[in-house]
Parts: sequence; structure tokens; C-alpha cells
Amino acid sequence: MSDRQETETIIHRLIEPFNKKGVSLTEATTFAGDLEWDSLTVMDFVAAVEDEFDIIITMNMQAEIETVGQLVAAVNKLKAA
Amino acid sequence: MTDSIDITDRHAPTQDLSGAPDRDLMSKFDGLIAERQRLLDSGVRDPFAIVMDEVLGPTEAVIQGRRTILLGTYNYMGMTFDPDVIAAGKAALDGFGSGTNGSRMLNGTFRDHMEAEAALREFYGMSGAIVFSTGYQANLGMIATLAGKGDYIILDADSHASIYDGCAMGNAEIVRFRHNSVADLDKRLGRLPPEPGKLVVLEGVYSMLGDIAPLKEMVAVAKKHGAMVLVDEAHSMGFFGPNGRGVYEDQGLQGQVDFVVGTFSKSVGTVGGFCVSDHPKFEAVRLACRPYIFTASLPPSVVATAATSIRKLARAHDKRARLWENARTLHGNLKALGFTLGTEQPESAIIAVILPTQEEAVGMWQALLEQGLYVNMARPPATPAGTFLLRCSLCAEHTPEQIARVTDLFAAAGRAVGAISTNALERKH
Repeated sequence: MSDRQETETIIHRLIEPFNKKGVSLTEATTFAGDLEWDSLTVMDFVAAVEDEFDIIITMNMQAEIETVGQLVAAVNKLKAA
Repeated sequence: MTDSIDITDRHAPTQDLSGAPDRDLMSKFDGLIAERQRLLDSGVRDPFAIVMDEVLGPTEAVIQGRRTILLGTYNYMGMTFDPDVIAAGKAALDGFGSGTNGSRMLNGTFRDHMEAEAALREFYGMSGAIVFSTGYQANLGMIATLAGKGDYIILDADSHASIYDGCAMGNAEIVRFRHNSVADLDKRLGRLPPEPGKLVVLEGVYSMLGDIAPLKEMVAVAKKHGAMVLVDEAHSMGFFGPNGRGVYEDQGLQGQVDFVVGTFSKSVGTVGGFCVSDHPKFEAVRLACRPYIFTASLPPSVVATAATSIRKLARAHDKRARLWENARTLHGNLKALGFTLGTEQPESAIIAVILPTQEEAVGMWQALLEQGLYVNMARPPATPAGTFLLRCSLCAEHTPEQIARVTDLFAAAGRAVGAISTNALERKH
């Protein structure tokens, strides 16, 4: 499994507890629009992602991340840093 | 600070997600307008239309012709009608006029601005004090100015809107940690690069649930990672710690917090904000801080009342004791009635009654108001996930009779909406 696939699998797993509507996930799935997350859910989810990968996703970075695909890319970049 | 039903008092700004192109910039508020209309259509009176036609004292006002107990103001120490405070304001009004017509930096610093800063230095036992025009601007200005490009701000997720806005105004990198979690703060600080400057922003009392921060552990963690610490003590001034300085003093942290931010609009009983510090270069903030420079200074009467009130607060041991007694009594009474409260024990002068639905919250809020009791209503996203709150904030001047009446009204309203069982000792939720 490539690094990207592995990250994606983990992120899908982390999304599940917050995926109340059971939305099927693609790279283009948006957190605010498709998953309908509010700011509090985003906070909890980001904390879970940060702890899983031992990284920090600053709020400045979060503002640029709208889709699952963008999050996977950002996490991989942060892991490599 | 009015954090009533529609005001997002806390948390990050909510994003507008519609994204639909529309030339009327006001269209973005359609959702808010519709939601408010739905609330009004349900028969509730507009929570934003509360007008105090007469104010009878720190704990009572006349609202729509009805004498109403005020249990939702932040007049913790009941200083608004203190005779010495009023006299100081009147003398300043007579002697210095109604306003300053200028910035603190230019022509807007009068004798009593200096007096207020002197009173703050004495009250906190610190070498520096800067007065801002509001508490909001104090947080906005301090946070945006202290942490610059390349620096990091690490803040509690439940921080007040003014803290978030200070972050948004500046150029630093922003990192959040889970509310009041020492371990979460430690982990996040540990993941940051060691070189950049770091500011950890905390609050003594968090105003939604009235819970206090484990500042002792948090400050130790911040110091371990080489971060500076700013603590907002807006909701604790006057009655936490031996000298009323706040939760940081109560937890034995005098000399360990780099910046303390506070407000005149709560215990002090007027309006304004401030920051105090022992940092030797603290005065430089005045030269760089835009929310300090580019706004008019407070009117002379306001800073005169603030200076007098702060000096009295330093010695207000009886009031302090009465406020704590009131908080303990009401917390105990509401708990005994079966309400779910924001904190297991009375931690501060804020007692939050947690309700599971908006209907119950609105129904109770309205019933209480109609019986002559005003409390604050709050709901998501201002409140922690999925909770609706009726927030009570106590005053040292609430009488035992008022507390008894408040308890009776909560019991009746709680039973009417089904929030508590008719059997007082049996919890419904």
C-alpha cells in the first residue's frame, strides 16, 4: 500500500465516528458541505487526526482544507516534514 | 458581553457554506433571519428585545413593566450603584467633560486614565498596566500584537470570541487544544518546533459552563516548552485568590503568568479592558498595538468609576464572601431540584443549567422571564456540543430572599417544561 493510500485509509477510519449521515467518502467529499460538520465537530476531528499522526494542523492550514483529498495530501506533507 | 440566544459568544467564527454567488451581500444572512423567525413563530418573545426601562440596583430592573431579578448580568460584585463609584464618575464628568475626543496615544489620556492604570498596578501587584476601551479590544490587541509572523498561539478550543478574533487579526500560526486538557496542551506544544516564539492563551473561568482552568498544571507545561502565558481573568476578578486577582492567584501562580487580561465590564461595574504584566518592556505595547492606538479612549467618568471601583474591590472581603455563599447556595438548590449543571461543584459565580433541547431551554427562559427572573440563554455553537444552557451569574448583592425566589421559579418552570421531575429528588435527565 502506498503512503497516500495508507493515510487515506486511516483518515476514512477517523471520519467514521463523525459521519452521522453515513456519507460515502471520496477524495472530493467536503467536510462542511457533504458531511455537514460544524466548527465543534471539525475541532474534535482535527484533534483526532493530529494525535493519530503525531502532527499539528494549524488553524491557518485548516482554513485551506475543504475536502478529504486535500486533508490526505496535507497530512502526508506534514508527516514528511 | 451579551451572549444571548443568537450571539456566538464563543468559539471560532462559523463559516458561511452556501457559496452561492449573489450580488446582495446581505443574502448571506438569510439563514440567520429564517432561524430567528422560526423561533419567534414558536411564540417566544424576542430574546434580543430585552429592554431595561428602569434599573433599580445591581440585582433588579424593570422589564416590560415588571420588576425582574437580574441573574444574567456579570455584575458579580454589585459595584454599579456603589455611592463612592457614582460620586467619582460624577466628579469626573463635571471636571473633565463627557468624552476625550481622541486616542490614548494622542490627546485621549486624562488624569483618570492614569489613575485607573495606577489602581490596576496596585490591585495586581504588577509593574505595568494598560487600559483599553473594551475587554474585547484588550484581548484583540494583546494577542494580535504579541504573536507575530512565525510565532505560534496555542489556545483552548473553548476560548472566548475575542481570543479567536485576536488570532484572526494577527499573523501567527494558530494551534488549538482540547478544552482544559493539560495532556493535550503538552502534546501539542511538544510537536511544535522549538525555535519560534509561543504564546499560550488561557482563561481563568470559562463563561459558558462556569468551569475553571487547571492553570497551575497548564502554566507549568507552557514553561516547560518555553512558551509565554496570557490568562484572561474576565470572570474571576474581585473574588478569586486572597487579593481577588483571579484564578491564577487562587492557584498560587503570582509571578508566573506573563500577561493577565481583564475587563471593567464585569466585577468593576463599568466598561473597558486592560492588560497587566511585570514584563520590563511591557510599555512598548502602547506603540504597536492597533486596537489601543486607533480608537477613542474611554470617557473620563468611566475611568474614574473604574479606578474607584478597583480600589474598593481590593478590600471587598465581605462582598467576596457573600458572592461565594450565593453561588454555593444556588448551585446546591438547583442540583437538589434535579437539574443538570455545567459543573458538579460550584466552581465560579456562573451556574449553567444544561437542557437537552432548544424547546425546553426557550420554554423555561420565557417562563422565568414572565415570572420576573432574567437569565442568559445560550445554544450551539456558542455552547459545548449539543447543549442548551440557561446561565445564571450571581451577584454579591443578591439577597437570601432573592436566591430562594430564584430557586422556586426554577423549580416551577423546570417542572412545567418537563426538565425536572415533579418529584424533586428524581432526575429526569
